[in-house]
Amino acid sequence: MLDFPRWKVIWIWLLLLAGVALAVPSLMPESVAGRLGLAGMPRINLGLDLSGGSHLLLEADTADLAKQNLQRMEDTIRTEMRRGDTRIDIGDISTAGGRLSFFVRDIGQLDAAVERARTQTQAVGVTGQRDWNVNVVDSTRIVMTPTQAGTADSADKAMKTATEVVRKRIDALGTREPTIVREGATRILVQVPGLQDPAGLKALIGKTAKLEFKMVDMNADPAQVQAGHAPPGSEILQFAKDPGEPANAPPRYLAVQRRAILSGDDLINADLSRDDNQQPAVSLKFNPSGGRKFARATQENSGKLFAMILDNQVLSAPRIDEPILGGNAIIHGSFTVDSANQLAIALRSGKLPVALKVIEERTVGPQLGADSIHAGVIASIIASVAVIVFMLVTYGRFGVYANLAVIFNIFVILAVMALLNATLTLPGIAGFVLTIGTAVDANVLINERIREERHRGRGVVQSVELGYKEASRTIFEANTVHFISGIIMLLLGSGPVKGFAVVLLIGIFISYFTAVVFTRMLTAGWIRRNRPTEIHI
Amino acid sequence: MRLLKLVPDHTNIGFVRLRYWAFALTAALTLAAAALVGVRGLNLGVDFVGGVLIEARFPTSPSADQVRTDIDRLHVGEAALSTFGAPNVFSIRLPLPAARDEGATNRLINGVESALKAKYAGVTFNRAETVSGKVSNELIRNGLLAVFLAVLAIAIFSWLRYEWQFGVSTFVAIMHDVLVTLGFFALTRLEFDLNIVAAVLTIIGYSINDKIVIDDRIRENMRKYRQMDMRALVDLSVNETLPRTVMTSLTVLLALGSLLIFGGPVLRGFTAAMMLGVIVGTYSSIYVSSSLLISLGLTPQISSSGKKSPSGPSSGAERVR
Repeated sequence: MLDFPRWKVIWIWLLLLAGVALAVPSLMPESVAGRLGLAGMPRINLGLDLSGGSHLLLEADTADLAKQNLQRMEDTIRTEMRRGDTRIDIGDISTAGGRLSFFVRDIGQLDAAVERARTQTQAVGVTGQRDWNVNVVDSTRIVMTPTQAGTADSADKAMKTATEVVRKRIDALGTREPTIVREGATRILVQVPGLQDPAGLKALIGKTAKLEFKMVDMNADPAQVQAGHAPPGSEILQFAKDPGEPANAPPRYLAVQRRAILSGDDLINADLSRDDNQQPAVSLKFNPSGGRKFARATQENSGKLFAMILDNQVLSAPRIDEPILGGNAIIHGSFTVDSANQLAIALRSGKLPVALKVIEERTVGPQLGADSIHAGVIASIIASVAVIVFMLVTYGRFGVYANLAVIFNIFVILAVMALLNATLTLPGIAGFVLTIGTAVDANVLINERIREERHRGRGVVQSVELGYKEASRTIFEANTVHFISGIIMLLLGSGPVKGFAVVLLIGIFISYFTAVVFTRMLTAGWIRRNRPTEIHI
Repeated sequence: MRLLKLVPDHTNIGFVRLRYWAFALTAALTLAAAALVGVRGLNLGVDFVGGVLIEARFPTSPSADQVRTDIDRLHVGEAALSTFGAPNVFSIRLPLPAARDEGATNRLINGVESALKAKYAGVTFNRAETVSGKVSNELIRNGLLAVFLAVLAIAIFSWLRYEWQFGVSTFVAIMHDVLVTLGFFALTRLEFDLNIVAAVLTIIGYSINDKIVIDDRIRENMRKYRQMDMRALVDLSVNETLPRTVMTSLTVLLALGSLLIFGGPVLRGFTAAMMLGVIVGTYSSIYVSSSLLISLGLTPQISSSGKKSPSGPSSGAERVR
């Protein structure tokens, strides 16, 4: 029990010292860490309550999304039934009750109509379930109901795009490090440290980017274009920078006609797909009126280029090979999967796919954050000194060991938090204090046990051994319970409760190690070296 | 070196003898707390009720009435004012604006801020928060659920690990701790927000830690002294663990005390709740939960039959005497 092999001792020390080394960068201001070449080291993030900044919780309007889907399906069905050689006459279309229902005039065409409706539904997920159910009621009426899987899938897609759109718009703010994460099925959490103007942030998020499709002016002289001179009726636009492009690459310009042939409202969807040769491509889907406009434009301008423009920057300018009539287009060329996907996202992120409402908004001034940190640090130092002195006068040598354990405990918790990239909040600091409290308790339990065993007349070595053994069991039980409550907080809590639970859970594991293993090692070493006949505890 | 000894060795205090008094006091405290919460209610923060919160720091210390009048003039609903940490720092709470469009809360906040700026030169705004009613409902539900499930899980753990009596006594004692803490918040009108939920969960964690230590000792002694009277056994166990209980509680109080005094206003409510929880939790561990075991009919004989089911590393029964 008191036997610690050398390799174990070395490992324990290495682990603790690594903890100290990893914790150090988080303890100094970012600028100092940068100057010492520690900028790349993992750091603890400070929560907004400590660093100041803005926090927004956005929620998607799912009712609006369902309405949009229904509307879109109605448009699609109207177009589909009219298409092709045999036109199917339908009537009495209704979208009441969240379902699309319509009446087929010629009973003989019912099966064909069902077939056409079915082809407009899509498989979702791996189970092969469709996003809409198509049923016939009263032998003449077709009812299309969105399935649960379909609704969830469309919400998921909309949220992905919305998150991307929000991220893009906030990235445009520049150097700050925003947090933009999805929370649950329908929410997006946005946190921007250091930003004091939530109104500006909200305006930025709500801003609708302008997506336009314009014909490229094929008559413009490239040299004139590069010099910034546009022919009459045209304008000069810059190509959007590729993320992979070097920052100092010369800007590329394009002359496009001022009049837009299509706007972003006409585009229903853009997605990564494959062309006939299985090369990555981008597929576009227009609404019926957009499809008609696109068909006319492509019929008139075959062989020419058209430009896709987002917020006055050219994303791409493909050539029109042939008239595109069905409302669906595929852009292919020299895409990689990544670049095709990027273009699709850029096109999709023209506007938010679903309305977002701000349901929670917090702004913390930098002064309050700084004051809180300052007060928190001072309080922690005073608390630590008080506890250390208290332990020392109560337990003497064993108090020193316990104090070392507690100090290492603090460093290792910070190190683990930095490695996990966890966020430290005010409740987190309080959780820290509690962890230190329980770490001290573990040592108190051990020391009191040793004292007790000694009073019962056991020998020094035996007292220490039994003290550790009995106390470890109690500490283990107590930590298990703490762990249970920590897990519940982590799972159910939100915001501050979570921040608190993270520190608590990390602390439980580390305090068990420092309190039980580390102090035992120190005690065992001392007893082996000095063979004391009496201990003061 | 002479070491400080807070509790003399071999104390023999008759805690169990006082148990009916303790039960009466506990019941009275719990009922009073529950009544306070029921009648006065908690001063729920914007986290829980929804609304707008603005924190303003004035260069001078204006009277709350004056500030309230200034805000009333804007017709933005009834403002609740309280000073926060210092007499010149006010937290101003307002109901959510009636218009539910995007810009409404911004206009409200900007309106209040510019009105105050015009009247009091040099006023600064520390923070502004808006929580909609929808989120706040969820938060209060999740908060309550988290507290209740944590207590339940701990009680079940005690039951599975020891005997059912331990589960019941732990549950009763912890509910007492939680209710008394809530009563404290109802009494002081300190703002009850999400941070405080974390504090309440911590109290539960601390209190259970205390109870586990004592329960563990009771169980150990039950195996050691099979013939001992249960009352004497509980007293012995509580006395044996008393030095540890006092030592740990004092250390934690010491740390929390410095946080209370020096930790700044943001943490004050939080720390106050935890300090109270430590005191109440220690009391209920010593006087309530262990004595309750006797009233629930726990005897060493039950334990020896329960011993047949081995319970992990805790079967300290192989200790020789």
